[in-house]
Amino acid sequence: MTAEEVIRIKNLYVSLAGTPVLEDINLTVYQGDFLGIIGPNGGGKSTLLRSILGLVKPDKGEISIAGGSVEKNHTLIGYVPQYAVFDRSFPIKVRDVVLMGRLAKRRGRFYSRQDYEQMERCLELVEMQELRNRPIGDLSGGERQRVLVARALVADPIILLLDEPTASVDSHFQATFYELLERLSKTMTIVLVSHDITAISTYVSTIACLNRTLHYQHNKELTVEMIEHGYNCPVELIAHGIPHRVLHAHDGVVG
Amino acid sequence: MEFLQYEFIRNALMVGFLVSIACGVVGTYVVIKRIAFISGSISHTAYGGIGLGYYLGINPMVGATFFTLFSALAMGEVSHRMKDREDTVIGIMWAIGMALGVIFVKLSPGYTADLMSYLFGSILTVPHNELILVLILDIIILLTVGLFHDQFTMVAFDEEFAQVIGISTRFYNGLLLCLIALTVVVMIRAVGIILVIALLTIPPSIAGQYTRSMGSMMGLSILLGAVFTTGGLYLSYLFDLPSGATIILLAGTGFLLSLLLKNITGKIAQEKRWDM
Ligand SMILES: Nc1ncnc2c1ncn2[C@@H]1O[C@H](COP(=O)(O)OP(=O)(O)OP(=O)(O)O)[C@@H](O)[C@H]1O
Ligand SMILES: [Mg+2]
Repeated sequence: MTAEEVIRIKNLYVSLAGTPVLEDINLTVYQGDFLGIIGPNGGGKSTLLRSILGLVKPDKGEISIAGGSVEKNHTLIGYVPQYAVFDRSFPIKVRDVVLMGRLAKRRGRFYSRQDYEQMERCLELVEMQELRNRPIGDLSGGERQRVLVARALVADPIILLLDEPTASVDSHFQATFYELLERLSKTMTIVLVSHDITAISTYVSTIACLNRTLHYQHNKELTVEMIEHGYNCPVELIAHGIPHRVLHAHDGVVG
Repeated sequence: MEFLQYEFIRNALMVGFLVSIACGVVGTYVVIKRIAFISGSISHTAYGGIGLGYYLGINPMVGATFFTLFSALAMGEVSHRMKDREDTVIGIMWAIGMALGVIFVKLSPGYTADLMSYLFGSILTVPHNELILVLILDIIILLTVGLFHDQFTMVAFDEEFAQVIGISTRFYNGLLLCLIALTVVVMIRAVGIILVIALLTIPPSIAGQYTRSMGSMMGLSILLGAVFTTGGLYLSYLFDLPSGATIILLAGTGFLLSLLLKNITGKIAQEKRWDM
């Protein structure tokens, strides 16, 4: 049985403002994968996600999504950005922000009943149904991040790209959120960027490490090489707190 | 009221009302999207169209309609392609548009006496055929907004996400700028090219302080616009002042008062909170 290739990246090079940010990235994500990407600040994680979405144009290389081009198939992706900058005084309610996720699929001038039901369901998933009528500018940072997760889910994507979605949410929601992702990963392909190595290693099915170039073996093993490559520092500084079952040296378990 | 017995005044009130609708609706997008600078720029390039109209011997308002539409599309492309230098390039286009107007007017054969009325407005002398033009433009604006309000809102709120889900930000940004261009044309006769930007932004900025949804913001803006144009017209009649400038000064006064009011009510609310 071979799973379908959902994201396929071949020899990808990306530079921003003249500086190389990603070099020779090769990555295949299969249907049902739950890929965690770790790496230092400035390692290019956000840029990789943005390339997959077509928001950044690569210098060289190919990206295909579900067998088609980025231009054609990027709408199959749900995306939670690392930073959402918007105007606090913008007169719009939480529910309308979530509904926007379905705008491109909408037929005609109005949202259908199904659109509304889906919006309610996604707000419940992120436990924000009570704040549905609040103006978005009145929410806290963590609450806003939850709304963005709902907005990403509302259009039934087959792929979910999450860029540090738990950076400002409390520990209660973090636990709920990772459980939600675990459930979603049964029907969706998920790529999660996070600095929370413990959480990543508990929930994801495969791990990659990105620091301009990508280390990825399509398994859950986080090797000493990967960490040293990724963070340019001795393993002991990073390894603290990582369950041993995921942290392997080339020939055995570290620690 | 003797004020209402003259046909030209009733005409002017009609124009004022049509103008309030266009600028309440489109001005709301301008304010929430923070594109007052581009809008001001589009309105000034209208002068090039007025000049072109004189030069070609056609109605200057028709010249202005096509010229502002063209510059709106050009500015849309510029802001799409040159994100980093957007404001500089748009400022340059503003100046070029006006300079073209000056040259065209100079080259025009014959009589260009009512030029000042395009620059500073003359709501009291709008001919019947221009009233029809304004009405038609109003209808186009309302229909377009009725069709694409959600898309405009989304692109204004989060352009990147709109792109991600497959909404063409380039198309909707361009279309919105075209609506701004048409609104500018609608407003030229009322307040004039130079003062358009104030009447386009003042009602929605006041409305935005008291409303929490786009719909009510637009509604209140239209109402405020109607109050400012009607009130300004009446004051200009009473004291024999230029109508366009009086409308703008009344709107400006309204804006300052609303800021003051907001400040005072804000302070009172704060004190109450601490008292409890
Ligand atoms: N718009 C831009 N113009 C120029 N350089 C950029 C731009 N955006 C990012 N960069 C550079 O690209 C590199 C990668 O940035 P990216 O945001 O992808 O890193 P990241 O891995 O997501 O980091 P973090 O963990 O801090 O989120 C950084 O060195 C950054 O300075
Ligand atoms: Mg990042």
